[in-house]
Amino acid sequence: MNIPAELKYSKTHEWVKMLDETTALIGITDYAQDALGDVVFVDIPEAGDAVTAGESFTDVESVKAVSEVISPVSGEIAEVNEALDEAPELLNQDCYESWIIKVSGITETEELLDAAAYEEYLKTCEEEE
Amino acid sequence: MKLIFEKGQEGHGLGLLPECDVPKVSLSRTRRKPPVLPHVSENELTRHYTALAKRVHGMNDGFYPLGSCTMKYNPKINEEMAALPGFTDLHPLQPVETAQGALRVLKETEEAICEITGMDRMTLQPAAGAHGEFTGLLLIKAYHKSRGDFGRTKIIVPDSAHGTNPASSVMAGFTVVNVPSDENGCVDVEALRAAVGPDTAGLMLTNPNTVGIFDKNILEITKIIHEAGGQCYYDGANLNAVMGVVRPGDMGFDVIHVNLHKTFSTPHGGGGPGSGPVGCKAHLAAFLPGPCVEKSDEGLILRKPAQSIGRVRGFYGNFLVVVRALTYIQTLGKEGIPEAAKHAVLNANYMMARLKDSYHMAYDTICMHEFVMNLSELKKETGVSAMDIAKGLLDHGIHPPTMYFPLIVHEALMVEPTETETKDTLDEAIGVFIQLAELARTQPEELLSAPHVTPVGRLDEVGAARKPVLRWTPEEQDI
Repeated sequence: MNIPAELKYSKTHEWVKMLDETTALIGITDYAQDALGDVVFVDIPEAGDAVTAGESFTDVESVKAVSEVISPVSGEIAEVNEALDEAPELLNQDCYESWIIKVSGITETEELLDAAAYEEYLKTCEEEE
Repeated sequence: MKLIFEKGQEGHGLGLLPECDVPKVSLSRTRRKPPVLPHVSENELTRHYTALAKRVHGMNDGFYPLGSCTMKYNPKINEEMAALPGFTDLHPLQPVETAQGALRVLKETEEAICEITGMDRMTLQPAAGAHGEFTGLLLIKAYHKSRGDFGRTKIIVPDSAHGTNPASSVMAGFTVVNVPSDENGCVDVEALRAAVGPDTAGLMLTNPNTVGIFDKNILEITKIIHEAGGQCYYDGANLNAVMGVVRPGDMGFDVIHVNLHKTFSTPHGGGGPGSGPVGCKAHLAAFLPGPCVEKSDEGLILRKPAQSIGRVRGFYGNFLVVVRALTYIQTLGKEGIPEAAKHAVLNANYMMARLKDSYHMAYDTICMHEFVMNLSELKKETGVSAMDIAKGLLDHGIHPPTMYFPLIVHEALMVEPTETETKDTLDEAIGVFIQLAELARTQPEELLSAPHVTPVGRLDEVGAARKPVLRWTPEEQDI
């Protein structure tokens, strides 16, 4: 399982890359894309929409299921990754390069895990399975 | 294989259509070319559909334990009744006094299903289950509105629900609140208590639920909703397990839809059409879609309820499907209906008990009409997933169970044998399931590359979802 050391993680399997103090890229983790299977559709939100920490900002559809993606931060969507519209498979191919949204003006951040803590957390997820 | 449009050629024709006995009228003056239609002879046509039939798996081909879909055998007498000229030669607009028999079918079906479900009135208009959900939710909405209670905007849906429940709620203009299931796959009562409030419009629930377990807290659950001022909606998807044994109306539900194409043995899916009648308690009856069949001194009449939400479908729903369902209900009768439900439950428990040593059951308990297996251990151990076992079953002439549903169970296979399978069929299927579990441990590659004997191998599901080709288009586009 690929867990880059420089990123932060949520327990709902999103990653956060802080670009500066109030701006971040958000995507889904390797564990999430693996559990979903082949992603066939990403319901990309619109730039300008507000996101709230702990609430869903989009959903991702795979051949198995539709899954909500939870925002780990509160702020405003500054940019969306338009490439996912045409090529949702990018989430499977390289989930850490393929961010879903860029959030700016971050006012609140959930308690996030670092790479080591997330790796530990994944072990408990696998036990539950 | 070739599509019907790619077969035959100009000049081939057939005598299946009757001679035109009304004056010919051109519908469009702007059309410059005739419409693109297949030109095939009767012989080419029958061969085409026979070839198609050979490539599919239906009830007539073998076991079909597709969980949550109730693929029971549809008795042929249903078809005989639906083909009676008195039913087929009717026009939906002819005067009601000339169609009393058809109205009687509608009324008797309404009364029978109301008795089975514990409801007071029913509309037969909705064309399928999700359409029924939407209709039922509109009744709940109209009810709150009629009382001047405008703040009820939320529908509570458990996380094990059919995907259509939240979707229908959103379609009907509500916001969805999810409540988690407890370790038994039932509603977490405390979480439900915490979720209700003055904004609760209602709850949508199946019981038995989507993991095949009867929620024993059902009376408490519906009480919590009612005390909060909400209405309780029963998704009748799993009614087959309890019909004639326990009634949703007695569990505290106010609105219900039933799937005639599941529980009452009418054709399914693409072979449908389906039918999803919606029943309700008396306090919601004034809001039902119109027209409803009413008794009067002049016989049966059609009347729109006082505060009707309006039509949800043209005419009276899928009438000939209703004829089939009534035939089924009358064939089984008061004793046969609960007997069918009990056999459905017995068959599921028999299969589950015999498969326990080979497959991990998601919930180790007595089940209702279906059970869910969790194949994550098998996948971890052998690399063989629920999907691979499903594909392996195809090689043995068995339609796979429902896969990857409900979402609260990982690597789920959901098996619903139904009451119409014999013990011999169940034993044969159990043998195949056990054999595949062994194969997964000894020769996993056999399953990873299955199916081997079907007309096509693994389909490109990803390609089909990402770039679907849904219709044939002629090379020369024309209006």
